[in-house]
This record gives sequence, structure tokens and C-alpha cells, in this order.
Amino acid sequence: MIEIEGLVRRFGDLTAVGGISLKVAKGEVLGFLGPNGAGKSTTMKMITGFIAPSEGRITVCGHDVVEQPFEAQSAIGYLPEGAPAYPDMTPEQFLNFIAQVRGLKAEAATKAVEAAVARTGLQGVLNQRIETLSKGFKRRVGLAQAILHNPPVLIMDEPTDGLDPNQKQAVRTLIRNMSAEKAIIISTHILEEVDAVCSRAIIIDKGRIVADGTPAELLARAPSKRMDDVFRALTTPDAEINAEGRA
Amino acid sequence: MNFWNATFAVFKRELMGYFATPLAYVFIVIFLLAMGSFTFYFGQFFATGRAELDTFFGFHPWLYLFLIPAISMRLWAEEQKTGTIELLLTLPIPVASAVVGKFLAAWVFAGIALFLTFPMWLTVNYLGDPDNGVIFAGYVGSWLMAGGYLAIGSCISALTNNQVIAFVVTVVACFLITISGHNIVLDFFQSWAPLAIVNAISSFSFLTHFASIMNGVIDLRDLIYFGSLIGLALFINVIVVDQKRAG
Repeated sequence: MIEIEGLVRRFGDLTAVGGISLKVAKGEVLGFLGPNGAGKSTTMKMITGFIAPSEGRITVCGHDVVEQPFEAQSAIGYLPEGAPAYPDMTPEQFLNFIAQVRGLKAEAATKAVEAAVARTGLQGVLNQRIETLSKGFKRRVGLAQAILHNPPVLIMDEPTDGLDPNQKQAVRTLIRNMSAEKAIIISTHILEEVDAVCSRAIIIDKGRIVADGTPAELLARAPSKRMDDVFRALTTPDAEINAEGRA
Repeated sequence: MNFWNATFAVFKRELMGYFATPLAYVFIVIFLLAMGSFTFYFGQFFATGRAELDTFFGFHPWLYLFLIPAISMRLWAEEQKTGTIELLLTLPIPVASAVVGKFLAAWVFAGIALFLTFPMWLTVNYLGDPDNGVIFAGYVGSWLMAGGYLAIGSCISALTNNQVIAFVVTVVACFLITISGHNIVLDFFQSWAPLAIVNAISSFSFLTHFASIMNGVIDLRDLIYFGSLIGLALFINVIVVDQKRAG
């Protein structure tokens, strides 16, 4: 459902994404792993049409993201990094706004909002302004917004970042429950999350894919069978921290 | 995706946003206080002894110079700061409908503030027998002028994620486009430049067109001036927002 071919993105002299190709099928949950600045978010921003690729091609459900952005974007639910939402609105107003922008009509919109609220457990805070909500609830508002129109493709940038263990568990369960009928990409720093929710994972370093496989296959690469060691072996450590470590 | 459906959704969200926070109320109170105090104290409304609102409207270009950028500065700068722009631009809607929706909401909001000066109109009608047609034309001209300032401000707001910068640059830009019709500037050019150039400079100014509407004649040329100015500014606004994708 998602096909990426030779995706490149440059910012001036910096190459943030240097030639990524991958496919995600229905029923798959693909995990993006990689150090900060590896190009995970940039790749997601290109899939969702927020920024244009410098080179390469992305199709979502058969629609080219650059040529047919609205068709592609209609098929995508996107949770951007940090789950931005309009702080002056209540979750109810916000979700109704998203439903309206996505072209859902009166009854369908009400149903979609109700379903998304129920799935993310927002019932208790529907009429509270988003800026007054806790981090966990804000994240859930972002998730509700992403799944509102029941999209076949879900892109989530660090969906569990900053949540407490219970909330993390709830979000992972939510993702697993939706995974059968969707193609899902999540990015994460939490390596155990890959085991918990992903059917496949890729490790990105310096804008390139350095490993691609099921969590079990990736684990097999390290003698210790620990994801941390796989990650460290394949990615470039941050220069400054590295220098301090040696000193 | 229906352009006007999306535009209306953005419009409604934005307009609601003004009244969800103290922004709308603070702005309207300051707006009315400024309008009133300038008209009565500096304009010597009573001392002139004439039943007209010329002094009132005469201050509008100068008060708008500071009040309108206060509305327009947040239009895009805030979206970029809070990251909600990523949400907005990954929804399946044309950039133009977001630009137009935001602009219309700000313009209607300015219209509401302007409408609330109606006690002025009641006062002159109580004290004397003014030409209400001229007053109506004054209101129309004032609102069009507010639209011109807003469109320029919206465009500048899209260039930065810093609201203070957006405010200051908008004030300067609007000051230049306003002052270009003032005698100070025109006298300077008159001494050496050909008449055609002096007229061209003057015809770019808000003041020239506002003054002609204030005389009670809503001329098609003045409508075209404000209409095309707003159209051009919003067109550039769309390009600026779109350029962010290409980076």
C-alpha cells in the first residue's frame, strides 16, 4: 500500500534522506528505528506530503504523493512528531474540524468522531481545552485525529514518546488492534517497542537503510540477541558523546 | 475535495479560535477605546460642530497600522511555531483554501470590531442630521482597507515563525503603502518627478483610495484596487506557504 523508490531529500548541502526504497503491505506494522537526525521524520514528512522529495517516488494506495496529493493524503492518517493540535480548541471541536476538512458529512462525521473518541479513550476530556490537557491526553487527541477517517495507511511519528508505561501499553494495544486492516509505519526510539508492535523493522542511519527484517531477524544479527546491541552495531554514534566517552 | 467546503471549515475554526481565548475581547476593547479616544480627544469631534464621522474615519488608516498587524501576525507564524502547520498541510486540502479561510476569518473578525463602533453612528444621528450614505461608504471603505492590511500581514506572517517579527515587518510594510499617498511623500516627489510617477505612487496608497470612498462614492476603481491588492497578497501568501514544502 505504500511504495517508496529511491527517495532522496536534501536541505542545502545536507542530505537528510539519501536513497530509501521500501514497500509496506496491508497488515504490516513497520518500525522506523534510528538515531536522532537519521532521517526518520523527514521520510514520514515526505510520505504524508508535508515536504516534497528532492528525488524519488512515493505512492500511497496507488496514488503518487506529488502528482495526486489529495488522493494520497485522503488515504493517510498522520500523527506528526509531538502530536500538534490547536491549543485553543477542545478535543471535540478539534475532531469535528478534522472531520469537516476531510469532507465527512454530518452523520458520518458524528459517527467517525465517536468511534475515534471511543478507541482513544477521550470521553472524559472532550470539552476541556487541549492546552490544559496532560501530555498523554494530547497524544491521544493526535491519535484520534489520525484514525478519524479510518484510513488504510497510518503514519505515526513517535506515537508513544513521553507517555507513562500504562499509556504506552494502551497505545501499543491500539496499534496492534488496527494492524490487520491497515498498513502502518511508526518511528520510535524505544527498541522494545519494535518487538511489542512491529511485524517488521528497518534501521535508518544517515539517511540510508542499514537493516531491514522482522524483529527476530534483526535480533539474530547480534550474538547477545539484544536489540540495543543490534542498534549500536549498525548506527553511527553521536560524535560529541563519542568523543566524551573516549576522553 | 471541495475547495469551499475546506475553506469554510478553516474559516469557522479560525473565527472560533479568536473568541475561545481572551484575544478577541482584549482586541475589541482596545480597538473601541482607541477609536473613541482618537475621535473625541484628538479629533475634537464635538468642537468641529459638524454632524459627520470624517474625523472618526480619518484616524482609521493610522490606527489600523498598529491594530491590524496585531491580528495578522499570528495567522501563519503561530501555526509554524506550534507545528500545527504540519497537520494543516497534510490534510487533503488545497493550500489556497487554508490561506483564504484564515484571511476571511481575520477579516470578519476585524469587521465585527468595526461594527461595534456603531455607537459613534448613533451619536452623530442623535446630535444632528448626518448623511448616512456617506457614513455607510466610510464603513465599507474602512473594512476594505482593513482587508488590505490583513492580506499583507498574513503574507508576511507566513514568512516567519516569530510573531514579533511578523508584527514589526507588517507595520513597516503597511506604513510605506499608506504613507505613499500622504502629502509629505507626494510633495517630495512632486518637486522633481514627472506627474505620472507622482500619480502612480499616490494610486498605490490606501489613503488615496480610502479618501475617495470616504467622500461617499464607492467607485469601481477603488473596489478593484482593494480587491486586487488583497488577491495579490493572498496569492503570494499561497506561494510562500507552498515553498516551505520544497524548502
